[in-house]
Amino acid sequence: MLLTVEGLCVNYGRIEALRDVSFEVPEGCVVSLVGANGAGKTTTLRTISGLRPVRAGRITFDGQDITALPAHKRVQLGICQAPEGRGIFPGMTVRENLDMGTYVRKDRRSASVGEDYKRVLELFPRLGERSGQSGGTLSGGEQQMLAIGRALMSRPRLLLLDEPSMGLAPKLIQQIFTIISQINEQGTTVLLVEQNAVQALKRCSFACILESGSIVRDGTGQELAQDDSVKAAYLGGDI
Amino acid sequence: MSGSSVVAKPTIRQSFSARVAALPKPVKIALWVGLVVLLYLLPVLDPPLLSTPDTNFGGVLFTVATYSLVALGLNIVIGYAGLLDLGYVGFYAVGAYTVAVLTSEHASWPLLLAVPVAVVASLVSGVILGVPTLRVRGDYLAIVTLGFGEIIRLVAVNSEWLGSAAGISNLGKPPSIQLFDIPHLSWDGIVASVDLDDTSAFLVFGVVDRTPYYWLALTILLLVLWADILIKNSRVGRAWEATREDEDVAELMGVPTFKFKLLAFAMGAFIGGLAGALYASKQGFISPNSFLLLFSILFVAAVVVGGQGNRWGVVAGAALVAYLPERFREFTEWRVLVFGLALMLLAIFRPQGLLPPRRSVRARRLDERLGAIEGRGQTNA
Repeated sequence: MLLTVEGLCVNYGRIEALRDVSFEVPEGCVVSLVGANGAGKTTTLRTISGLRPVRAGRITFDGQDITALPAHKRVQLGICQAPEGRGIFPGMTVRENLDMGTYVRKDRRSASVGEDYKRVLELFPRLGERSGQSGGTLSGGEQQMLAIGRALMSRPRLLLLDEPSMGLAPKLIQQIFTIISQINEQGTTVLLVEQNAVQALKRCSFACILESGSIVRDGTGQELAQDDSVKAAYLGGDI
Repeated sequence: MSGSSVVAKPTIRQSFSARVAALPKPVKIALWVGLVVLLYLLPVLDPPLLSTPDTNFGGVLFTVATYSLVALGLNIVIGYAGLLDLGYVGFYAVGAYTVAVLTSEHASWPLLLAVPVAVVASLVSGVILGVPTLRVRGDYLAIVTLGFGEIIRLVAVNSEWLGSAAGISNLGKPPSIQLFDIPHLSWDGIVASVDLDDTSAFLVFGVVDRTPYYWLALTILLLVLWADILIKNSRVGRAWEATREDEDVAELMGVPTFKFKLLAFAMGAFIGGLAGALYASKQGFISPNSFLLLFSILFVAAVVVGGQGNRWGVVAGAALVAYLPERFREFTEWRVLVFGLALMLLAIFRPQGLLPPRRSVRARRLDERLGAIEGRGQTNA
């Protein structure tokens, strides 16, 4: 198992944001966390990447307990998050943003960085057109692509994606999910947090459904996509 | 540049800097050397209009150089790392008081031995202040640092060991060696003549002629500038930039943000302490009144007016803040009003500062490196 989360509890002050959340991410898979606004999806990701302290529970990455590890050290192990929404450096150009992704890499001066840069531009040709522009002047969708591209530049073993489809036009949503599948096929494990349950369930091998801070259902993406109660609550089906 | 609405016409400054950048390297080096020599000779040349008729011009230039030093230090904290420090005078005071205590009040160390201790003391005070407070962000940090500056001053006022409100006098001076005298120019209108009666001794640190102190301060300023350029263009500079832009995202990219904020704080404190030690030695006397909250605000004003994040800008800002009130001493109280007006005009017409931050050398190198790959990528596709 690449990532194991056991009995995770996280608080914001006295408010419980996560209660006893457990799930696993096998190597090479796409795993989705699906749920409504405020269910605790983003909190789960921020806890895995190390931005939120844990009240109880354990996070294991590749056999190593990382529960107490600060965020920047988790990046060195190979966990990289593309933050939600406008999680880019607005004052830096697209190139500088992508270059920040290589910050932790030991081989950041080698030619392999150039290859990764080329690969990111192939996935997101838009970024190539905008390469000299500062991040803050990009559209929402472009910023989202930049955040994902930047995370890829760190050559993560586990890519954490927070709402990659948020605020995108329907055509772009389809495109971004295709790209996520491509990234996964190229060998990166993906943990995906999404409100767009239709796409998220279609693209993943396993999925968990979060409701007010707890996991209420889990299973393979297909199982959940066909489950009546899931359909009714998240996929807009009939009750 | 299509989509952006802020496409500006090239300003005079941009075309000027582009023209300078286009010059061949030997010419550029010669220009720089000429500028530095000019800076060193400034008190000797004593140019009319620029010179201060009511105070020793060398002394004013010394103040300009120390303020520039302070502004460079504070620019690391505010401009590079994005931490608002409203108590920077505290570090200045730690440097000055360490020198005072070691060379006059409780020991009689030579100044050259006391200065390194003073600088380390203020670096340590920066770390001690930084470790607990850099965990709070933004406005809270400003308030905590504001408190720090005042605490240092109040400790000095209330501690007999530090000379109380009366302060400490008879501070150590740098060792003097009299090698030769440099005559000043004397101006009659636009006609200059060499005045053999008015000389600056190289190198005697006296009370009347402040020029040797200016030379010392300018030398230190140039060294710090050089270090600043090196650091800003290194990986450290990049980490500061990311931390300033978005702390959480920087952490997600693997930047140990706390460590880098602390480093910025410590380096700022180091430079502030150095400036304080210089000031104390030149003044020969310090009291808590030299370290009022007002100075912290003046220092921040220098950084903001000059253009936070641009080292040349903040040096220019510091020069203005230090020089204008001295130049217009003849207007007595009115000069403060004029000074305030000048700051307001700058805030209105140059909201980003005299010289806004520019793209760093590192960023330009990255553009070249990755731009080349983009070109290749397109031909392959």
